[in-house]
Amino acid sequence: MKRWLTLPTLCWCVFAIGLYGLLQLLIEIGVISVVWQITLANIGINVILAVSLNLILGISGQFSLGHAAFMGIGAYAGGIVLKMLPGYTGMLLGALAGLLISALAALVIAVPTLRLRGDYLAIATLGFGEIIRIIINNMKITNGAAGLSNIPAVANLTVIYFTIVLTLIIVCNFKNSAPGRACISIKEDEIASEAMGIPTTRYKVIAFVLGAMLASLAGVLYASSFYVIKPTYFAFAQSINILVIVVFGGMGSMTGSVVAALVLGVINYLLQSLPNERMIVYAVAIILIMVFRPKGLMGNFELSFARLKSLQDIKALPALWKDKILAVLARLKNKRQKEDA
Amino acid sequence: MKRFFLAALAFLTLTLLLTGCKKETASDDKIKIGLNFELSGDVAQYGIAEAEGAELAIEQANASGNFDKEIVAIKYDNAYNAAETSAIITRLATEDKVSGVIGPAVSGMAMAQYQAGNQYGVVMISPSATADAATLDANGNAYDFAFRACFIDSYQGAAAANFVARDMEKLKAVVIYDSGSDYAIGLYNTFSEKFTALGGTIVAAEAYIDSDTDFSAILTKINGEDFDVIYIPGYYNQAGLIIKQARELGIMVPIVGPDGFDSPTLVDLAGASNLNDVYFTTAYSNLSTDPDQAAFIEAYKAKYGKEPNMFAALGYDATNLLLAAIQQAGSSDPAAVQQALLNISGFKGVTGTITFDEYHNPIKPVLMVKLVNGEQAESIEVQP
Repeated sequence: MKRWLTLPTLCWCVFAIGLYGLLQLLIEIGVISVVWQITLANIGINVILAVSLNLILGISGQFSLGHAAFMGIGAYAGGIVLKMLPGYTGMLLGALAGLLISALAALVIAVPTLRLRGDYLAIATLGFGEIIRIIINNMKITNGAAGLSNIPAVANLTVIYFTIVLTLIIVCNFKNSAPGRACISIKEDEIASEAMGIPTTRYKVIAFVLGAMLASLAGVLYASSFYVIKPTYFAFAQSINILVIVVFGGMGSMTGSVVAALVLGVINYLLQSLPNERMIVYAVAIILIMVFRPKGLMGNFELSFARLKSLQDIKALPALWKDKILAVLARLKNKRQKEDA
Repeated sequence: MKRFFLAALAFLTLTLLLTGCKKETASDDKIKIGLNFELSGDVAQYGIAEAEGAELAIEQANASGNFDKEIVAIKYDNAYNAAETSAIITRLATEDKVSGVIGPAVSGMAMAQYQAGNQYGVVMISPSATADAATLDANGNAYDFAFRACFIDSYQGAAAANFVARDMEKLKAVVIYDSGSDYAIGLYNTFSEKFTALGGTIVAAEAYIDSDTDFSAILTKINGEDFDVIYIPGYYNQAGLIIKQARELGIMVPIVGPDGFDSPTLVDLAGASNLNDVYFTTAYSNLSTDPDQAAFIEAYKAKYGKEPNMFAALGYDATNLLLAAIQQAGSSDPAAVQQALLNISGFKGVTGTITFDEYHNPIKPVLMVKLVNGEQAESIEVQP
């Protein structure tokens, strides 16, 4: 117990609850309108998707193009159960069903295909995603190509917010755990880590299944927020959308995935009234990032309170930041002087 | 690092400039109409055509002088995404405070919009959401504020069956349908139901998926059967290829399809010489000699430099329906507009006369268009 009650953990708790409080306050006083609440819900679902794909792509280095399929499994499990049993119980049961089915499906695909590498894996997961979509398309219970409509909207910002928190806790802790370290070593050099005695396939499967399960949670939230689901929503294009967020934010950086989902979501909102410019601006944004920040918005950066050891450290923070800012300014000044000279 | 910030700054400025210049100033002396369409994404061609039709209708209404306030359109792109559709209808209803919304084009988006928008009490008319259940809630009742300007799929499938069995007197049909499209499956079901009720038999039903380009396996298989008509519920991109390959295999029986055939691409794919004895049901045809319709075609050509298609006509009609309701209500208050819309009867649009039934579906004629050498040769009204 004592190991958990550290200052960084405390800081995170305060941060998470504080942010939630701020969000509620802003909604209460009308700064965040109903429209922004829906936009934020969509962004939140994208955050979960991006973080879960980041676990597979950024931490363990496996290039998966079938992530939307797991979202689809969750969405359909959630949608079907919710239609039978409206309310939070239905959503919870749907989420459980989605977690179970997506874990099974991920296991079935992971065990044979994660022996593949790079392009081969990408193609195998792409094919798998299509298989899931076509199965959904041909099942009676999923209502085939017409999809499900009139799904009760039970998810709200609170549910989505705490699912994001849960996802981040799971993924960030996984990243720093022994299996997580093993996954990172696999990403860096698979042959070397195998030589060190790491059972590579096992760890890749663990990361893949975990990522798939979290994606199915996002699917459940999608189905219970936006009324309608169809097999086409979970096709290849959606996988690419998730991939774009991950690469945009920085592979391996969870902070990056959160920030990227937010930035892209806001850009998207601003451009809703400009259909013609929309595709161009969105694409230009991505190209700019890739040209100037090839490692993504955040690179490897991770927001962290880990360096805080005691309360003194917190008190020292403002001074530390001040020093840092001054240092950056001084460096810029130096540089300009050099350029002038 | 510095370069990056400069680039980011430039990009932000560009975005703000682009969004800034379109900002509408909020005021009460205008009638605001929301347009929620698929302007990008897979089905953008429908959304764009309908938005063009809607904007033409608004332009004409402003020029007519029938309204004492200026009518403005507020247009958003839902990118064929249910999440964005929900956000947009909320934006239109709560922030822009529109009197009514036109769109979206496809059924899935319309369903998301109706369910989200109904709670805000704003009238929504989709020009072309044809799925039977699109306007219905979980209990099978119509959403109070959900309407559409098109006939529903079962109406069209039944009309095709009626035409084949009664007018053409063909009673042995083969159906080739897209198994991945709810539109196609819905049409197939209602067609076969009505067709068998009229004494016909479905000799064979073959399925394809939308990425197929070679249909010779299906066509060779049915070639051995005894049939006298083919019904292809589906879209022009596959139907065009099926028609071409069927005719090349020597299958010369009449081919009947739904409004998904209604595209110039059908001619490109099938070849004009193969498009004989081909018929399709539609809501609209440029053939009509009706003066109102001629005026619409003229105005559309003048504004956009091309012939209007069915989607543009439906967008035009949907918008005019809303405007007529606003005029009748004498106010742009959504609740009054909804009442007026329910009371509309015999509204004369370019796609026919429209009256709403209890499920807010229009009762209107179905046209059967006959193609001769790829050209629309004649159109007749058929009953479902």
